[in-house]
Amino acid sequence: MSSVAVIVEYGFREAVRRRVFAVVLLLTALFLFLFYLANHFVFDQLQTITPPRDVNVDTRTFAGAFLTGLAMFATLFLGVVLAVFLTLGTVSGDAERGLLQPLVVRPVGRSTLLLSRFLGAAGVCVAYVLVVYFGAMTITGLTGHWWPDVIVWPGLELAGGVIIVIALSLLGSVVLSSTANGIAVFMLFGGGLVAGLLASIGHALNSHAITHASTIAAWALPFEALYQDALRMITENASGLTGFLLQLGPFGGAYVHGWEIRVWSVAYLVAIGALALWAFSRRNL
Amino acid sequence: MSPALAVRGLAKRFGSVEALKGVDLEVGEGELVGLLGPNGAGKSTLVKIAVGLVRPSAGTAQVAGAPAGSRDARAALGYLAELFRFPGWYTADEVLDLHQRLAGSRGGEAERKRLLELVALSDAADRRVDGMSKGMQQRLGVAQALVGEPRVLLLDEPTSALDPVGRRTVRLLLEQMRDRGVSVLLNSHLLSEIELVCDRVAILLGGEVVAAGTPHELSKPRGVELETDEGVRRIDGATREDAPRLVAEAVAAGRQVYGVHVLTSTLEDTYLEAVGGETD
Repeated sequence: MSSVAVIVEYGFREAVRRRVFAVVLLLTALFLFLFYLANHFVFDQLQTITPPRDVNVDTRTFAGAFLTGLAMFATLFLGVVLAVFLTLGTVSGDAERGLLQPLVVRPVGRSTLLLSRFLGAAGVCVAYVLVVYFGAMTITGLTGHWWPDVIVWPGLELAGGVIIVIALSLLGSVVLSSTANGIAVFMLFGGGLVAGLLASIGHALNSHAITHASTIAAWALPFEALYQDALRMITENASGLTGFLLQLGPFGGAYVHGWEIRVWSVAYLVAIGALALWAFSRRNL
Repeated sequence: MSPALAVRGLAKRFGSVEALKGVDLEVGEGELVGLLGPNGAGKSTLVKIAVGLVRPSAGTAQVAGAPAGSRDARAALGYLAELFRFPGWYTADEVLDLHQRLAGSRGGEAERKRLLELVALSDAADRRVDGMSKGMQQRLGVAQALVGEPRVLLLDEPTSALDPVGRRTVRLLLEQMRDRGVSVLLNSHLLSEIELVCDRVAILLGGEVVAAGTPHELSKPRGVELETDEGVRRIDGATREDAPRLVAEAVAAGRQVYGVHVLTSTLEDTYLEAVGGETD
């Protein structure tokens, strides 16, 4: 078995033992159950809602997109929680506890070690995000008979966003203590979400300053831009007042999107990864 | 053949603290070298540089001819850190299995069984680490360092948590390793232990080697004690070479000689003299 597989297995066993999976799976089951209830009641009530005659809104699309957007936010959040708890103490935390030194002196090397921990966490988180994303989408599809305009790409972009958070958390684990790293990553995540909301507000108010600030934030924290792009895609074909209203809401707008941000995200990931490897190679343990 | 460990002009600075100030040290093939010094002398820093955990500020360190920290150097060494921990949910056998796979050892179950037997943990192969005493964990740490039959062993305080029986086990193990040609750098506070097993000793103080040599070389003559019918007389400054003459003189003077003892300083005396009585 290659060194990478050994380290991936080591990280996986560590996560299982620390009950990271148990906590996240419990929260996920609870979320999916509540999400099912929300879908059930919303679509049940939907039949009784009639918009004014001159307002042409597709209520089913509006409700489906809103609920799916909500589920995507929860999926991203839970994915980030899982990512952070899997990686926040990978270097500093394990070094402080004396767990890292016996591994690092083995011929595997620091870069292989860090890369393996990244691959392990990424594998788990991507699988998790895709399962929850498709699970939530299926709940909405079967309960409300509404399906997103684009089905696969939004899930992949959500997973991509979580992968970027993993890279940031691993970089943080090289230079910060576990606690400081956890706080820093969640603050970045929160900052990204605020920037996304700011973009919606900026466009609604037609404020150049706010949209400019949110655009900079989207490029600086591309996990948020990927999430916004994923939201945009689920109602890509919505037009008219329905599309306009969805763009205004918290789960519909994306002002930095498309291949540019995807390519940038890959470059960003590579840069963060390279920085983490460089910092780890110079770190005294 | 290149020495097992060669350190030249090694210096390390942590901010304003100079942990090492140009240390030269060599461990030959099959040699067991002890590293002594008070806390903060730079012993652990030296070992950490040798295994690639810490980057030196200046100088070089080579393990089995390869630069410290390189893949080849890491493949040649076994290391036990002063402060280490294994995942509590692993059994002793699983810890060794993990390190076998990381070290690329093909020893399999037979090697694990042999190593656990060497450190007297055969009965604890399936016991989880979090259910082991500190001493057992330290013995498991020693076994882990031996995975893959390394050419060089770097042990940082390997007996600090052991009882006298555990210390003896490790001491015998070290002698066994030396007999097999394994080179060992042993960092320990236990002078008696170092004196008993080490071929050579280096004393570090304030990041510098202040004394080095074999335990015999480090011991200094402290006179000769002559036991005659008049009692015990100590002749300060006399050496082993003076003993026959002193006995002859006593006999010529009509004394009955019952015993003669050549007095030398112990490693402890030398150590205390070298560090100037400095304590932790």
